[in-house]
Amino acid sequence: MTEFLKRLLKTPQGAIGTFLVVLVLAIVVFGPMLAPYDPEKLSPLARYKGPSLMYWLGTDQYGRDIFSRLLIGARATVVMAVLATIAGTLIGALIGTASAFLGGRADELIMRTIDAVMSIPSLLFALLVVNLLGSSTVNALVAVAIAFAPGMARITRSVALSVRKQDYVNAAIARGESSAYIIRREMLPNVIAPIIVEMTIRVSFAVMLFATLSFLGLGAQPPAAEWGLMVSEARRYMHMSAGILIWPSVAIAIVAVGFNLLGDGLRDALNPRT
Amino acid sequence: MIVYTLFVVSLIVFAITQILPADAAVMMLGENATPEALDALRQTMGLDAPIWQQYFSWLWHVVQGDLGTSLRTGQPVGPAMFEALGRSLLLALFSIGLMLVLAIPLGIIAAIRRGKIADMVVSLVSYAGVALPEFVTATIAVLVFADWMKWLPPTGYVPLTEDFFGGIAHLVLPVCVISIILIAHVSRMVRSELVDVLHTDYIRAARLKGMSRGHVLRRHALRNALLPTITIVALDVGYLLGGVIVVEEIFAIPGIGRQLIVAIQARDLPAIQAGVLIMAATYSIVNFIADILYAWLDKRIQYD
Repeated sequence: MTEFLKRLLKTPQGAIGTFLVVLVLAIVVFGPMLAPYDPEKLSPLARYKGPSLMYWLGTDQYGRDIFSRLLIGARATVVMAVLATIAGTLIGALIGTASAFLGGRADELIMRTIDAVMSIPSLLFALLVVNLLGSSTVNALVAVAIAFAPGMARITRSVALSVRKQDYVNAAIARGESSAYIIRREMLPNVIAPIIVEMTIRVSFAVMLFATLSFLGLGAQPPAAEWGLMVSEARRYMHMSAGILIWPSVAIAIVAVGFNLLGDGLRDALNPRT
Repeated sequence: MIVYTLFVVSLIVFAITQILPADAAVMMLGENATPEALDALRQTMGLDAPIWQQYFSWLWHVVQGDLGTSLRTGQPVGPAMFEALGRSLLLALFSIGLMLVLAIPLGIIAAIRRGKIADMVVSLVSYAGVALPEFVTATIAVLVFADWMKWLPPTGYVPLTEDFFGGIAHLVLPVCVISIILIAHVSRMVRSELVDVLHTDYIRAARLKGMSRGHVLRRHALRNALLPTITIVALDVGYLLGGVIVVEEIFAIPGIGRQLIVAIQARDLPAIQAGVLIMAATYSIVNFIADILYAWLDKRIQYD
């Protein structure tokens, strides 16, 4: 484990990515405690303030402290994205591994169906699901998870196909183990590494997808401090103070770049030959 | 293949729109309609038939090219959707064009100068490219280039046939916003493919034979490295279509994405069904063409 960490931190991507992700996770955990102001407290006299010692990143159109809102909004933005990605990955990994293990007709049918589901853009799919279930944060989570599952299934399948040919799987079949046992105990543990890489990178897509849903009015609802919603609300007031728009954008970018870099670093660390 | 894909998509679309808590009859007659009037309308619209019968009757009409009538406007959905699709395709084609012109050279430079400054700059650009969702880049772009600099119009759509230069000016920001993520993704893919190819034995053999670097790159490496790009670009059309939805909404372009958002907000079932079906069909057809193109360019595939 320490050896692996050393390899991860040796590449610039791995080091910067780990730093940014740890920073973001720290804000998720401790952000609400560190926030200097109530994120929903309106101060009509302190609107559109620039950065100052009192308000580090300035204030927004209602005089709310942007820094506090970002610290508290991290939970809504990042935790949801991570949860949705994990859920989508689990569903996808199960389908993909099963498809690779079953092979033949069943594999063909499952993959063709997955292709069909993937032909609906994931944003559109999420829009439909949220509209169907009603706009709320939990429903947005379900929507993103469902939208991610087919892609993960496809990736898992291609990895699992190479694992399927390994001797230990044949040995398990020869022992007379059940399909469910082989998928769960022999194949899934061996396809996990590439899936974790893909999952890490997808967290950044999930953050963006959530932000976009909020932006279109189908995710978090005002006055929540969700970052995508903050950008969306800032659009009408950006002529008054660009900071309202810039800071939440920077926050989204930090999360996206962090998880992307960490994913690339993990790929290099898990796969030393390249 | 495409037929099966579209069949599954039609099932999904129909299933989703069936679960949608919207009663077409109530939507058309309003909340205060009498139960008798609602029943009568349901009967004429075939809404009292079993679900599977409704599905097949809908599918039968779709196959014949009749995508239904909008609950919102009362007009046929098909013509409006295809007209909107035309505007979206214009936007998409410009974006793909810009992406190819920039992403491929960037990827090649990064691969050749692997580990050097140029490589780092390209990968920095590509990380920055995937860092922001379209609606953020679009909003910032409008703020900077339309409000501050006043170089370009902020939103709106002008048909190219009406005012060519005005139309182009309105398209610049949307096209740039859509292509940023694509450029970032494709240039990275081109780089990694080319790096792999440059390490193969046949490239080393060609170099040892005494061929110049440029010649080996053009004749041997690029041909093999750029082939998978076709597939990647085709798969990226999914992102592209999603991006088109957001960008059309922000820049007020009356394309299919905006039509879909309006339809979803109004719960206009036939329009939702038609829009999703058209988007999925576009994606499937593009990928089908990419597969054929790939096999045609790479003769090895046919013997597999």
